[in-house]
Amino acid sequence: MNRPVLPVAAGLLLVSVAAAVTVGSADLSIGDVLRAVGTHLGLPVRPLPPLADSIVWDLRLPRVLLAALVGAGLAVCGAVLQALTRNPLADPYLLGVSAGASTGAVAVLVLGIGGGISLATGAFLGSALAFGAVLLLAGRRAAEPTRIVLAGVAVSQLFSALTSLIVISDAASRDTRSVTFWLLGSLTAASWPAVALCAVVAGAGLVLCWAAATALDAFAFGTDVARSLGFSAARTRLVLFALTALVAATLAAASGAIGFVGLTVPHAVRFLTGAGHRVLLPASALAGAIFLIWADTAARTVFAPQELPVGVLTALLGVPVFAVVMRRRSGTP
Amino acid sequence: MSARLDAAGVGWDVAGARILASVAFAAAPGETVGLLGPNGSGKSSLLRLLGGLARPSAGQVSLDSVALSALPRRALARRIAVVTQQTATDVEMTALEVVLLGRIPYRPRLAGVAATDLSMARRALASAGLDGFADRRWSTLSGGERQRVDLARAFVQEPDLLLLDEPTNHLDIRHQLDLLRTLAASPTTVVVTLHDLNLAADWCDRLVLLCGGRVVAAGTPAAVLTAERILEVYDVPVDIDAGPDGRPRIRYRR
Ligand SMILES: Nc1ncnc2c1ncn2[C@@H]1O[C@H](COP(=O)(O)OP(=O)(O)O)[C@@H](O)[C@H]1O
Ligand SMILES: [Mg+2]
Repeated sequence: MNRPVLPVAAGLLLVSVAAAVTVGSADLSIGDVLRAVGTHLGLPVRPLPPLADSIVWDLRLPRVLLAALVGAGLAVCGAVLQALTRNPLADPYLLGVSAGASTGAVAVLVLGIGGGISLATGAFLGSALAFGAVLLLAGRRAAEPTRIVLAGVAVSQLFSALTSLIVISDAASRDTRSVTFWLLGSLTAASWPAVALCAVVAGAGLVLCWAAATALDAFAFGTDVARSLGFSAARTRLVLFALTALVAATLAAASGAIGFVGLTVPHAVRFLTGAGHRVLLPASALAGAIFLIWADTAARTVFAPQELPVGVLTALLGVPVFAVVMRRRSGTP
Repeated sequence: MSARLDAAGVGWDVAGARILASVAFAAAPGETVGLLGPNGSGKSSLLRLLGGLARPSAGQVSLDSVALSALPRRALARRIAVVTQQTATDVEMTALEVVLLGRIPYRPRLAGVAATDLSMARRALASAGLDGFADRRWSTLSGGERQRVDLARAFVQEPDLLLLDEPTNHLDIRHQLDLLRTLAASPTTVVVTLHDLNLAADWCDRLVLLCGGRVVAAGTPAAVLTAERILEVYDVPVDIDAGPDGRPRIRYRR
């Protein structure tokens, strides 16, 4: 049902990418954007002047594409975790990923740990460490949602504390501002390599999650019903927990912890598509991508030449959306 | 269409506590077996073991002489449908979507809902008396409506063995009788937990009475439901007459 949602959203996404690239201090038209892209794809079009071409190809396009990928990945992770834990408050950072990413990032940036590895690598390693700690703490019954969620809360607290400790220990440093910026989530570090990595990981994540769409439907009533419908509940949960952690860690390494997208978008999309995950997951991916493209466009232009961390904006926009969703959530309180 | 169910020496321990001990009984193909017993006697636990939702700590459950543990989950899902006591309220699915869950075991893993699944689910809703409920959200249904949607889900699973945990507890008397009549008439083997002793006596081929995780009695309703045993197990004094059909009629003393 509601199949037309997907083609419409896909069209909107394409338009959003092209339109968002035109927005900014240098005035560009959609025609300019298409010409620049055509040039770099080797098509026989008249090239833009070098400066305009560089603005499109080196600055804005990777940033817009990264926003799309991060938005899509976060929304899918959120939808999957909400289904697996049957918890409407679940988001991609449930299992310690963002707290771990922050710790890893500040460890590299402030303490210089890691012998010159990049901030993104440090963040990814921090996430992996935190997710490992969550599994360890949850123990043998890690597939039980309540256990792993509680372990996620505990580990997130621990890593947040470590992050604060590291930042405070070095408060005088000039790094503090860039750390804060990164902690709040920002796409300023967009680059083609980051786009490529996120495309591969988020793309594979979306495909694998979509392949599990029926299992996610079966989890609506919990473990026993999922089992009685033929799914190995513990294995399915663990595989998908690990997969979403991997995707969220990769995204957090590229952009910091952008909040509210993974929490809010799936709820909003459910109104349009219903609860079935075969449509909900791709629709959430498209909606998350569109949402983050425009949030980031606003973040880099509203106070230009100053930039807002996009995470601040998604929270500002996400909270009212969430309030509407909560009010319209059908049924008894 | 129907399977033989055997429980042999089944025991279940949780966290050092013995919940079930040496439970043994069989259900012949097509039989409707009533599982009785006071609160906490182990009915729900036993049903979960019979459905392969948990592994017994001792003994074995088998379906047509094949141990459940030897069957892959998906194969099991095509043969056994389970309706556990439902507590979920905040599910965003519609009634039709919930019934369609029952067709999952028959679908290729990556396939969507087939047209035949859809018509089957609609028919199941109609025979549950839920015409016009297809697009209602689960969270807006009453307890009894939810219970009937759940039963429809189990029926479209086309099981050889149907396991039902207190399927009548939210139903009005007409729907209770409808359900029990359907179960008695269906060729599927059924194990159902019930609290109403008279309904159990009227509609089940055989009864298994549990107390403290053990089988106290098993057999025909007349053999299992005696006044002494009901006093012993439930601590409730009763008078029992044999009805014209030979099934016991239980009257509770004031
Ligand atoms: N997972 C569990 N952990 C600990 N005790 C349990 C668990 N499941 C059931 N029990 C206990 O086992 C006994 C039987 O429970 P149950 O099978 O639900 O009984 P019934 O369905 O007959 O009321 C009860 O005392 C219950 O508290
Ligand atoms: Mg029970």
